[in-house]
Amino acid sequence: MAQWIEACGAGDVDEEDVIRFDHGGRVYAIYRSPEDRYFATDGLCTHEQISLADGLVMDDIIECPKHNGRFNYQTGEAKGAPVCVNLRTYPVKVEDGAVFIEV
Amino acid sequence: MAQTAKRDYNLLGPSSEAAIASGLAAAEWYHTEVDRKQMKALMQRSDGPAIRDTVIWLGSMLVLAAGGIYFWGSWWAVPFFLGYGVLYGSASDSRWHECGHGTAFKTRWMNNVVYQIACFMIMRNPVTWRWSHARHHTDTVIVGRDPEIAVMRPPDLFRVILNFFGILDAGCAMLDMVRNAAGVVTPEEKSFIPEMEHAKVIRVARIWLAIYLATLALSLWMGSILPLMLIGLPRLYGAWHHVLTGLLQHGGLADNVTDHRLNSRSVLMNPVSRFIYWNMNYHVEHHMFPMIPYHALPQLHELIKHDLPTPNKSIIDGYREMVPAFLRQLRNEDYFLKRELPATAKPYREELHSGVAAE
Repeated sequence: MAQWIEACGAGDVDEEDVIRFDHGGRVYAIYRSPEDRYFATDGLCTHEQISLADGLVMDDIIECPKHNGRFNYQTGEAKGAPVCVNLRTYPVKVEDGAVFIEV
Repeated sequence: MAQTAKRDYNLLGPSSEAAIASGLAAAEWYHTEVDRKQMKALMQRSDGPAIRDTVIWLGSMLVLAAGGIYFWGSWWAVPFFLGYGVLYGSASDSRWHECGHGTAFKTRWMNNVVYQIACFMIMRNPVTWRWSHARHHTDTVIVGRDPEIAVMRPPDLFRVILNFFGILDAGCAMLDMVRNAAGVVTPEEKSFIPEMEHAKVIRVARIWLAIYLATLALSLWMGSILPLMLIGLPRLYGAWHHVLTGLLQHGGLADNVTDHRLNSRSVLMNPVSRFIYWNMNYHVEHHMFPMIPYHALPQLHELIKHDLPTPNKSIIDGYREMVPAFLRQLRNEDYFLKRELPATAKPYREELHSGVAAE
C-alpha cells in the first residue's frame, strides 16, 4: 500500500541538483528543478545500478556518473544509450519545509 | 597470490565467467572524494570549447586537404597529407570518444553529429563502440570483460607496431563493416550490444560501405588514389598519433583491479598532442570521473592529484616506463607496473586486488 515518506528537507536539495534517499532497502533520487520544483525517481541507473545522486542535473535531465546515460527525471524516460529502461518515478509533495515521496 | 592461469580475453570465455563469479565484473571502483559543489562545477557542460576545437579541427582538415589536392603529384603534397592524416586518423579517435560520452558539447545534437563523423573516420561503428566503451568503463582492463584492451598479455608487439599504421586495426574494421553490412552481428558483439540496437549496427555499416564503394569507384574512374587519400587511407597513414597516445592509457599496468589509479596512466603532454588527444592524457582522472568534460580535466587533475600516482612527465617518459614492461611481459605475462601513490593518497583497497601478482 502506498504511503508518503519524508525524504529530506526542501533545502537539502540544491537548485538544479539531486540527492540520494535510502528507504526500505530501496534507493531513491530526489531532484530540484531549475524552476524550483521537486521530483523523485528510483535512485539507481537502470543500466548498471549506479547511484544517480552522483550525476549531473541539466534542465530536465539526470546524467548517470558512470556511463553518461541520460534520463528525463520528470518522466523517468530513458534518453538514449547506454540506458534503455526507464526510471520509475514517484509522486512528490512539499509540506512544512520537508519533501515527501509516495512509495 | 600470484595469478598463474593464462589470460583468456574472449568475452564469452572462462575469464569472463570467472570475473563475474568473483565480483570483479561490474564491481565498485575507487573514487577520490571530491566536494559535491566542486564536482558539480567541473561537470558543467559548455558548447564553447568544443565548437572552437571542432572548427579548428575540421577547418584545418579542409585547408590541408585543399593544399594536398592542389599540390597532388608533387612532393609538396606530402606535408599537407601528413597533417590531414593525423587530424583524420588520430584526432577522430578522441572526438568519437568524448562525443560518445556526451560530454564534449552541451548541445546533444552537436555531440551526435561529431560522434558520427569521427566514428566514420576512425572506422568504429558508432553503435558497437558506444556499447563496447560502456563496458570498457564498467570493467576497465578486466580480462574477459573489457572489449577495448589495446595490448593483451603477453603483448603482441608486432601487431602493436603494425597498428601505428592502422594496418591490422583498419583491416579488421573493414571486415567488421562488411560483415555487419551483410547483416551479421557476432556472438561477442551481442554480449555487450542489446538486441534492440542490432539493426542500427547493420544500417550504419551499410551506409559506410556505400561511401567507401563510391570513393573507390571515384578513384577508379579518375585513375588516381587521390579520393582514397582523402577518405579511408588517412586511417592508415594518420593513425600513428592516436596509437602513440592510446597505448599509454593502460599499457603495462595492472589488470583485474578495481582502482583506476592502478590500471590507468596520466601523462603530461605537449599542447599539440593534447589538442589532438582532447586531454585524454589525464586518463586516470577520466576513468575515475567520466562525467567531466575534456576541457575541465586539467582542473580536475589539480583537484585530485594528491590522491593519484605522479603523472608521467611526457610521452617519451611514459614510453621509457611502458616499453620495458611490455618486454618483460613477453617472458612473464603476470608482470606489471605497480603505481606508487603519494603519501597523502588513500591506499588501494587491497582486499579487492588479492588475486593480482605484484612486483
